[in-house]
Formats: sequence, C-alpha cells, structure tokens
Amino acid sequence: MSDMPGRSGPPDWMARAARLLRDYKPLAGVADELMDTEGNVRPVWINFLQDLTALPKDELTLATSRGDQYLRDAGVFFRHYGPEDGAERDWPLSHLPLLIDIEEWHQIAIGLIERADLLERVMADIYGPGTLVRDGVIPPDLLAGNPEWLRPMVGVRPRSGSFLHHVAFDIGRGPDGNWWVLCDRTQAPSGAGFALETRMATARAFPDIMSRSNVVRIARFFRLFRDAMLDLRNGDGSRVAILTPGPMNDTYFEHAYIARYLGFLLVQGEDLVVHNGDLMVHTVSGPQPVSVLWRRLDSNWIDPLELRESSQIGTPGMLGALRAGSVNMVNAVGSGALEIRALMAFLPRIAEHLTGKPLALPNIATWWCGGAAARDYVKANLDRMTLDRAMSTGLPFDHGEEVTIAGRTPEGEPIDPSRIDTLAGSLAAQEIVSLSTTPALENGRLVPRPMSLRVFLARTPDGWQVMPGGFARVGNSSESANVAMQKGGAVSDVWIVGREKDAGETLLKPAETGFRRRQTVSLPSRAADNLFWLGRYTERAEHKIRLLRAYHLRLAETGRPDLPLNEYLADYLETLGCETPMATTEDVRAALRSAGSIRDRFSVDGWNALTDLLRTMERLAPKLRPGDDAARAMSVFLRKISGFSGLVHENMYRFTGWRFLSIGRAMERAWATSNVLCAFTSEAAPEGSSDIAIEAGDSIMSHRRRFAVGAGRETVLDLLLLDALNPRSVLHQLTMMHEHLRYLPVHHEGPRMTPVLRQVMRMETDLAVATADDFDDARLSEVAGETAALTGLLAQSYLR
Amino acid sequence: MLYDISLKIAYDYDSSADAGRHILRIVPADLPGEQRVIASSLTIHPTPSERVTRRDFFDNACVDIAYDDPVSETEFRVTARVERHDAPPALDVSPDLPSLANELTQHASIGPAAPHHFLFPSERVAYHPEIVAWAREVSAGCFTAFSITRTICDAVHDGLTFDPEATMVDTPVDEAFRLKRGVCQDFTHITIAALRGLGIPAGYVSGYLRTLPPEGEEKLEGADAMHAWVRAWCGADMGWVELDPTNRMLAGLDHVVVARGRDYFDLAPVKGALRTAGAQTTTQSVDVKEVHPT
Repeated sequence: MSDMPGRSGPPDWMARAARLLRDYKPLAGVADELMDTEGNVRPVWINFLQDLTALPKDELTLATSRGDQYLRDAGVFFRHYGPEDGAERDWPLSHLPLLIDIEEWHQIAIGLIERADLLERVMADIYGPGTLVRDGVIPPDLLAGNPEWLRPMVGVRPRSGSFLHHVAFDIGRGPDGNWWVLCDRTQAPSGAGFALETRMATARAFPDIMSRSNVVRIARFFRLFRDAMLDLRNGDGSRVAILTPGPMNDTYFEHAYIARYLGFLLVQGEDLVVHNGDLMVHTVSGPQPVSVLWRRLDSNWIDPLELRESSQIGTPGMLGALRAGSVNMVNAVGSGALEIRALMAFLPRIAEHLTGKPLALPNIATWWCGGAAARDYVKANLDRMTLDRAMSTGLPFDHGEEVTIAGRTPEGEPIDPSRIDTLAGSLAAQEIVSLSTTPALENGRLVPRPMSLRVFLARTPDGWQVMPGGFARVGNSSESANVAMQKGGAVSDVWIVGREKDAGETLLKPAETGFRRRQTVSLPSRAADNLFWLGRYTERAEHKIRLLRAYHLRLAETGRPDLPLNEYLADYLETLGCETPMATTEDVRAALRSAGSIRDRFSVDGWNALTDLLRTMERLAPKLRPGDDAARAMSVFLRKISGFSGLVHENMYRFTGWRFLSIGRAMERAWATSNVLCAFTSEAAPEGSSDIAIEAGDSIMSHRRRFAVGAGRETVLDLLLLDALNPRSVLHQLTMMHEHLRYLPVHHEGPRMTPVLRQVMRMETDLAVATADDFDDARLSEVAGETAALTGLLAQSYLR
Repeated sequence: MLYDISLKIAYDYDSSADAGRHILRIVPADLPGEQRVIASSLTIHPTPSERVTRRDFFDNACVDIAYDDPVSETEFRVTARVERHDAPPALDVSPDLPSLANELTQHASIGPAAPHHFLFPSERVAYHPEIVAWAREVSAGCFTAFSITRTICDAVHDGLTFDPEATMVDTPVDEAFRLKRGVCQDFTHITIAALRGLGIPAGYVSGYLRTLPPEGEEKLEGADAMHAWVRAWCGADMGWVELDPTNRMLAGLDHVVVARGRDYFDLAPVKGALRTAGAQTTTQSVDVKEVHPT
C-alpha cells in the first residue's frame, strides 16, 4: 500500500486534521481503531478523515443534525427502562461511523459463521440426543439449572431441520488487536433493523463521504434473509409473521420497522390461535395459516399453557403446533439456552470435541465455578475478573447487583473468596477485557471511546450470511468500559470499506432488485380494531374541541357563565367528561395508543402529526384562561387535528385498514352528531341552541347557503341529520359506512350480508326517506342509540 | 393391592368461557415394578374439538384437549383399576451430603430421570433461604441423605397443620411456610424447597390415596381429592425414595402414582384455565376403593 501515507512524516491533510484530532489520545494498553500504537492513522480511515477535514466550516454540525433529524423524522425511538419507566427516547446516534477494512472483515465473518454452525450443533444436541452431557463435555447442571433450557422442547425437531436462523454476536477488539466474541445472541436478537436505520441516518449525515468510501451495502443481507424466510413456508399460501411482545417492548419500533421493510405481517400473541396443530392468525377475513414465525419474544413467554403461566403475550398451544411440525420458528423455542454466561467456559472444549479444531474466533475467557479447579483458579485471579451469575443471559457489560468486578462488589467491598466455594455452580467468572476505542465526535473534536460491535447472521439456503456492518455501541466516557446502550452510550454505523464501489441494491427500490411479490395478507383483527379506534378517538377529540370552542366563544362574547345557554352547554360538556380543555388530551392520548400498536401500518408523518398535536395540547391546555384565550387555543388544536386527518385520508393507501379507520371516524361522527341533535334541538333546549348544534357540526357555511332564515330545529335536523350532501350529517356517515362495509371481506358461512351491514343499510334507508318533521325527541334518541350499537355489530363480525 | 379409582373434576363457568385448551394429567401411570394399570378410561364432557395423548419430558402420559367453541361447563372423569405393588423397604444405604454432591457430578446424563433436574429452582419452588435455614436446623445430627430427608418430611408434618381453607392452589411456598398451614401441595412444596436447599434432589408426585384405611387405622389426610407427595434422590445406590409429608409416612401401598415432575407446575391435574370474564366453580371428588380379588 505504497500510496498510503506512512511513517515518513505527516502529510498535508494531517495538518488540517490537527484541530479535529487535537484531543485524540488513545489510552495506554488499549487498542484504537483510528490510530496505531505509533500514533499514525490506520490506512482504512485515511480517506474518510481527509473527507471529514475537507468539509466546509459548520458542515460537520449540519451533518450531525441531519442524521439526528433523519431518525426523528423516521420516528426512530427505543424505550428506555429507567427511573421514568418506559419513556421513549430518541435513538442515540454517535455520528461518526466505525470503519473496518474488508479484508479484516472477511476474517471476522469466517470466524462468526464457524461459531454459528457450532452453536447450531450444540442446540441440536441439547434438544436432541444429549451426547455433550453424556460424553462429559458439558456438566448436566448447565442445562438442568438453565432457565432457558426448556424441557418441553426436548426431542422436538424443527420442521426445517435447523434450530437457528438469525443470530447476533457482540464482538470487541482486545489490547493485542485480536477480535473476541463477548456474547452470543441466539434467543431473539434485536438490532438488525436499528442497524439499517443507523445506516440511513449516517448516510444522511455524510452523503458525499459515504458515496466515495466504497462502503459495502447491507440491503442484500436483508433480501437474502427475507427470501430465506419466505422459502421456509409450507408452500401453501401460508404466511411469514413477526411475533412481537407489543408496543411496550423496548425494541417494538424495530419490530414494526422491519415488518414494514420486509413486507411481513406483524402479530402479537393474542392475534394467533392454534387449531388442530396449525397456527392461524385472526384476520378480518377469518383465521389464516402462518407457517413461519420470526419470534421477537423470549421463549418462556410464548405459550402460557406449557411455559410461563403468567404470560399475557403468548399463544396457548404454540408448543403443540411446534410438536405437530406446522410452524418454522425463527429461532427455535428454547434457543436462549445458548446465551448463558457459563456456556462460554465450555465452547472451546465443545468446538474441539465436535469439530476437532479450536475456534477461529474465540470468546472471552470464562470459568464456570461449578468445578473445583476452575474455582481455585478464579480465587487466585480475582483481580482481573468479573464474577456474576452463571445462568445470566445479560450482555457482557450488563451485570446484576451481585456482580463483583476485580474482586470487589459494586459498593467497593472485597469479596470473601469462600463465598465462591459456597455459591459454586451458580457463578461464572470472565476475564476483564479492555475494548478498543473508536473516534466519537465531541464539541467538534474527535475523542477515543470504547466500543463493541454487534454483528448479525442469517441462515439462507446457501449457508450463513453475515450482515456487512451492523452497529457499534460506543461508550460515552473513555474511562468506563461500560458500553451498554440503556446506560447512556450511543450507537454508530459500521462501514466495511472495500477496494471498489459496491454497486449494491436497496430494498427500498424493489424494481432494481429482482422484485419479488410481497405476500398477500389479510388485515389482522387486532390491527383493524386499533385502526377503528384511532378513527374514533381522533374524531372524538375533534368533536369535543368544537364544542369547547363554541362555549368559550360565548363566554368571551357575554362574559356570563350563568346565562341559560352557557349553563346548558357547560352541562352538556360535563356529560361528555369534558369540563376543561385538558380533558381532550385524553382522547388524543388514546388515539396515540391505538396508533402505537400499529406502527407497521401507519405512516411516520401521521404519527408525527399526532404526537405534535398532543405536545401542543399538553403545553397550552393547562394554562388557558376561560373565554377568548381558550377559544383561540381550540382553533389552533382544530387546525392541527385537521392536518392529521388530511394526512391520513389524503395519503393512506385504500386498503382494508384505511376502511376500518374511516368506519371508526364515521361511526363516531354519527354518534356524536345524533347526541348533539338530541340535546340541542330538544324542546327543553334554551334559545340559541340550534346555533351550537350547527357549530358542533361545523356546518355554519352550509346552513347559510341552504337556508335564508336563522337556524331552527327543522333546518338543523335537515342539515345535520338528513342532508346526504353534507359531509357532517348522520345520513352521510351511514352512506360512508355502507360504502366501506361493502368492501370488507365476508368470511362467515351463511348470509352474505354481515349484521352490521344490514343494520347500517336499514338506518340509511330510514333517514334517506325521512323528513325533519318525522323526528321528535324520542325518535332522535332512538337514532343515537342505534348508532351506538353499531360498534358491537362491527366487532362481532370483524374485530375478534 | 388392587384399587378401583374414580375421579370427577367439574368446572362451572358463570359466563360462557371462550375457546380454550387444557393439558390433563389425571390417569394413573403404568410403572413396571411399582404399579400396573389393569384398565383405565378418561371421559371428557363436552367432547373436545381436539384430543391428543402424548408423553411429556418426564415421561408422564398427558392428554392435550382444545375447545373451538365457548363452553359453560367442563367435566373430566377417570375410572381405573390399578394394582399397586409393595415398595421395597427403604434400607438406608444413602451417602452423606458431600458424597451425594460428588455422586451428582459423576452422573453424566440429562435424561428425564437425571437427578439434576430436581436440584434447581423450578416454576413453583424457588430458593427460599428461611426454609433452608429451618431445614438445616431440624436435620442437624442426621448424616445420610435419606435420614435427612425422612427427618425433614416428619418435621414438615409436625410443624404444619392440614387446613384446606388456609391456602389456595397458587399460594407461594414461603407464604404457606409462614402460615404453617396448608394442604398436601403446600406440605410437598415446602419439603422440596427444604431438600433442594440442602443439596438433595427433590421432586413432586401427584396421585391418588386410598380413601378408607384398613381396619383399625386412621383415615389419611388428602384422600378426598388428588394427592401429592415428595420424591427425593438419595444417591446412586438408594435412588429415588417417595415420602408423604402430609401423612408422615413413606409412600407405599396406599399411594397410586399419576405423574412425577419438579413441582405442581409440571403436573397440575388440569392445566390451562379457559378465558372467561366471570367466576368459575370447581368441584372434585375422588374415590379409591380397595378391591378384594374374588
């Protein structure tokens, strides 16, 4: 590599880089990704650093904010479990990528593929013949005491013949420059989707640099994995689904993202049912078979009948379906057994035993304290070890409270070595490794930060594929070896730098990639339910805001809350549970909860519009003064909510989900409007009530256009109940519902018309032929009652 | 000894229960050398949509059933004729605890019969330091694994009052231990926790107990429903022994085995509740009659 600047002296660009690198001082005794031990920039970084220093003034700041902006716009978050429980947090991007030369990467990939193959063989043995225990290679306690070794799965062969399909490894570089495996993730590794988003964000931050850097692309990995999963189907039109624990899970965003990206169905345990050994998903067209399940749920939760009884997120009978061989699980239930810390102590021996050769990529040295010799060694070398629960499946730096590091507890107390004899097999010790550092950007300068790398592998018909890259966890201080993301680190993209440009492909432009038809999938009932309620709640919020505005406008005009009309309106608002503007935020929150459960089907813009609405409401509502101030704020809320509705109804693809959303909106509007008509056209209503009804129905202009006279009971009923051309009338809502219901699948044997459609048509006809005179108070409240009952009818046919 | 066994378990649901699944472990086991099932039948009402018989990890027979449609009541009936053999007298040839631990490390198997399964916390029996401390205290002075086991079983019996009202099917072990009351399930779980805590592999046996005692003997506790007792591994030579802490005795001719596992979770007679909004009532009746061959 004669063209690379070497030891002969700093080239020009390094002088320019001096400012950027002024604080970059690799730590003694620790490898550094950017610089070698002499302080020279490693070859793989040179072009990148040159490009970085060549950026115009301020461009670096702009670049990082572009990356952050991308993640915000994409709605990327992960849930952080901490003091303020379950708060969503922006994905913490460390803006600079980690660069790895392609030659070095090939060596890593070979080692990881070998390791994945080994783990597959271990899986097949511990859930099969059990020779590793019988031959004395692993002690029986490692399984008997392993909370992830699931006895009901012993003897169950996976349909495809393979237990593992998607695994991840955390790896790090030790002081001698060699890579070590820090932990194996075989249960349900998360992060592949985050890796993709991290790549997109970094590409957004440094588009020019990236395009010049020969970065190997990662889309191919996803295509191959997607095709491999499609190939695992039973070949009978059954589906691939991703099983998520639900929106409260810390990586739910990723589940939704990857489901959308790969075109797979996203389901929760309650969406599934086992029927005669077959796994089915409840959809609006009835139960439909699922034959491949990408499990993002820990095994123990997957079947409350045979595994954890308390699980609310599992599917009773799932293990029965696996025994029956109707489902390919990615990965096999019970694969978490390979994740325990103590197993790492035995993997070198297992490799020798099964393959006759040592691991190409070793894991960090581990000792299981169940053996006397290992215990003695650990006791003698406590100062260079961490000691933690043997059966822990935590990440290498994610320790429980009982951990001791270098012989001391987290409180700094030295551990009594006799404790190790007492606790024996429940402990495992691991050598403390100082991980290499990589550049992070801090106040416009580069600083060295410890990092570990997560790498993903997917099984395909041609063997394991390694995602070229993945992501790196980067610690936020150079002193701490703690790079666990939930503890405040950041994530950076990993660029595998090739010799030439990767022509590549991207899944986002399917036309370029040998397009494969996505699977046709019916809408799961739960998703339909959430879309329906999303429609209802946003409409409900809008309705209440209109009524509140009407009230505060009158208060502003008259200044008298004690006037009959104002009192009447205040009472009505009270019956809606809407005494103050704050109350409306509840409906928006409920809408967000519904939207949150269907992130895979819901546009990011729609989500952002809704969160923006809530934020505005939460900021303004508590401070509003009654009267003019509140009325103005309500107008602001109305504008934002119309923005949301516009986005959804203008941009949403007219598939079944959109119909449920629209039915929800129409049903809520019909119900709210008929209630308003009951209250404000009644004989008992005070003077001026008709105007309220018209304002609530947002039909002031229509009324003025249609009637020369002021609003009265008859004109109001005509406009808001019976006028087919008024998009706010009850009749119009029924017509809309009728229209949407006609498109919904009818999956029941028996009558071709669902009860809900029959009832909607009956009500529509009634109103179509009626005149305003036909409606007294009693008949009106009948309409309101019938409208309310439609929800139950809809649920009966589609939402369960 | 020959028994005619009948069991009826019935569930009544206030509101119709949604479609559901169960695993049943209620039929006596055929155990060569220990007991022989001459005839048995299991009837289920209403007839389930699915019914599959299989063996679980611990080699117990179990029946998976499912209902596609909502049901308002379910009833499970077992009738069986079982011949129970005399268990060999337990001559104490068990090792002391350090030797027992050593024997365990020599035992290289993870099959269903491996004692290692029964040493670690299981779903219903966690590690309870206060039970273990108590066990250490009451068994002080005993040296062999079997004498420790026997002493602890007796101490559980003597320290606890049989009281069906005190605990529920899901009362945690340590709570029953503090209450000093409970039924066979609690007696058994407490004994298991104590034995495991001392390093003796211990598991759960569910089964039937003869209803009426032989003439001149007292009626046994727990004979009116399905019963539970303990099994403990007392070394390679002595193997598994079964003891009934509820009745302060070795399990023997009066005990008919249905299933063996780590704790109640592995063996619940009827597993998997139906999804229902309302309350449910359960009735259970058992009759284990000695049959005199004519």
